[in-house]
Amino acid sequence: MPLLEVKQMTHFFGGLRAVHDYNLQVEPMQIRGLIGPNGAGKTTIFNLITGVYNPTEGDIVLGNETINGLQPFRIASRGLGRTFQNLRLWRHMTVLEHVKLARYSKINYGLIGAFFDTPKRRKEEHEIEQLAYDLLDLVGIRHLADHVVTNLPYGAQRRVEMARALATEPKILFLDEPTAGMNPEELVQMMDIIRRVHKEIGLAIFLIEHRMRVVMELCQIIQTLVFGEVIAEGTPDEIQSNPKVIDAYLGKEVEI
Amino acid sequence: MELNVKYAEENRSRFRNLLHKLWEPYKQVPLLGWLLAALVAVLLEMLVGQPLARLLGMSKIPALFGVILVLKTPILIPSTLLYLLLIYGLPIAITARLTAKLTDFIAAKLYNTSTGLSILLHVALLYAVLHLWTSISDYRLLVVKLTLISIIITLSLNVINGYMGEFSCSHPGFIALGAYTASIFTIVLFVSENQFGEAVLPPALGPYLFPIGLVLGGIAAAIGALLVAIPSFRTRGDYLAIISLAFMFIVVSLFNNLEIVGGARGLSNQPDYANLATIFVWTILSIWIINNFVRSTIGKALNAVRDGELAASAMTVDTRKTKMVAFLFSAFWAGVAGGLFAHVIRYINPGTFGIRKLAEVLAMVYLGGLNSVAGSVVGAVGFNLLSEALRPLEILKWIIIPVMLILVMIYRPTGLIAFTELDPIALIKPKSMTEGEADNATS
Repeated sequence: MPLLEVKQMTHFFGGLRAVHDYNLQVEPMQIRGLIGPNGAGKTTIFNLITGVYNPTEGDIVLGNETINGLQPFRIASRGLGRTFQNLRLWRHMTVLEHVKLARYSKINYGLIGAFFDTPKRRKEEHEIEQLAYDLLDLVGIRHLADHVVTNLPYGAQRRVEMARALATEPKILFLDEPTAGMNPEELVQMMDIIRRVHKEIGLAIFLIEHRMRVVMELCQIIQTLVFGEVIAEGTPDEIQSNPKVIDAYLGKEVEI
Repeated sequence: MELNVKYAEENRSRFRNLLHKLWEPYKQVPLLGWLLAALVAVLLEMLVGQPLARLLGMSKIPALFGVILVLKTPILIPSTLLYLLLIYGLPIAITARLTAKLTDFIAAKLYNTSTGLSILLHVALLYAVLHLWTSISDYRLLVVKLTLISIIITLSLNVINGYMGEFSCSHPGFIALGAYTASIFTIVLFVSENQFGEAVLPPALGPYLFPIGLVLGGIAAAIGALLVAIPSFRTRGDYLAIISLAFMFIVVSLFNNLEIVGGARGLSNQPDYANLATIFVWTILSIWIINNFVRSTIGKALNAVRDGELAASAMTVDTRKTKMVAFLFSAFWAGVAGGLFAHVIRYINPGTFGIRKLAEVLAMVYLGGLNSVAGSVVGAVGFNLLSEALRPLEILKWIIIPVMLILVMIYRPTGLIAFTELDPIALIKPKSMTEGEADNATS
């Protein structure tokens, strides 16, 4: 049984058909990729599945529950974690606070604890902190825990997003261009982190990427999206040799 | 010429060195030491303040550090300064320095025994200082009471305008709801011969049941907040500012037209329940609870909603609930403050809670600093003392204060002490303890 299944999802922005008849099945422990030219609708698909938009048609099933129409925070707490293409960090908060906050829906001490600093709250906050440190270790930025995020280099900020998404305890992780804007060194490190996360936590991962190297090395199955429609799906080798994909990226040869 | 500049620079750095050297021993003074020193100064004023003031040509002890006196009769400037030096400056400096070792030792002992106990003791000492200081004159007492209430109001508005980053204008409305509710509660139950008829309960019970009245006032304000929150938190943007402003006007005109609570004439005869101790306890309680809230992960969700709502919801934060809770919480404290206010002035009318009150509250929040508990305390105390001290200038006061606010906005756009976290444990920490020792002691 697939972990996440999207069935015949279509979405309109007013009269514009942004996504058409999109299908997806993500198995446990699988790494899947979504590629396509700019404006193809990749991020829209992410936003549809994570609940930012509500699809016009189609069903999204996570585990054995239909999740379309739910608010983003409900979908997130059911095990669908994500990062953003343009970093969306909270500019006045420290790295540690970012990761701790992603435990929001798992907190049990409630308002009483928040108001009166009860022993239960202290215990829970302490546990959250330990967990946050572990995750920061995993992505290799524990030493930056007390820094405010705006002061960090770009690569570190991406890692904060990653640790934060992991703190929500996802079953499946959505990465929206995890290596965008990175230099080659940071790129290698990020790929390393993705592999490590996949292996150590046993996550299924669904990622959007522009850099072919990343997609081809990491993903088991890749979809190619053009103008909101999937034109090809298959293993990296199949995609690389698919004439439709080559057309979409490089254009057709025209005889003059 | 060049030599002159050099000379001046040298002088300045020498002066700075001197200041530095003078300050050096005071770095070892713990908070406990400063409080003790303040207590000594206040006791001294009680004992010799009056004769000293006479001796220096003043008719009585200068109430607010002599600022008012000086503005009225500038000739008294030297004697006022001398008074301040003899009563406050020197005694505080000497006591703090001489007792530094002792107080630090006691602070360390307390810290190791129980941080909670230590905090309570600090608070008690602070109360003793305030109590003695205000026993000199009724005017002082009134200023301190109103300042403490302002702290609650400022802090509660900071939760919305600072921590949550929405712009709310309805605070005077919440204060009014709290003031009227608490007043009706005490007048109906404990005061005879008024528009509501005879007292229902024996007046002796009044002071004990007064907290219930305040909480009811807070709840009334929170219900009002719910009415504002439901339509305005559907989306982000300017909706809250506009709806909350409308709410404030609606509340004011509601009380203006409700004859049963006196209409525009207002409501008087509130019993004298809001003594300094009561107000002090409520203020400390509000600081403690609000500080706890904003430092918890649940409270931090407010910051996340402010700095990126989409990301917050992707990280499992229920953004709508978070905003609602914070808004109601904030209104509750404004209501409590309103109840206290009504029982200090012992007369309220709808005009008190208008646009001018709003301007004052906003000024205190933005002066002190957004997203900061310490900032709110500083803002409320600073603004209140300033506006009392400048009272003799009459109309000029309303030029000077706005100009100062503009200057603050230019040089510190987010306020004097913005975006800081208040850790009470760090405040009471003895100075001789290193970081490691302190950590060991707490764990």
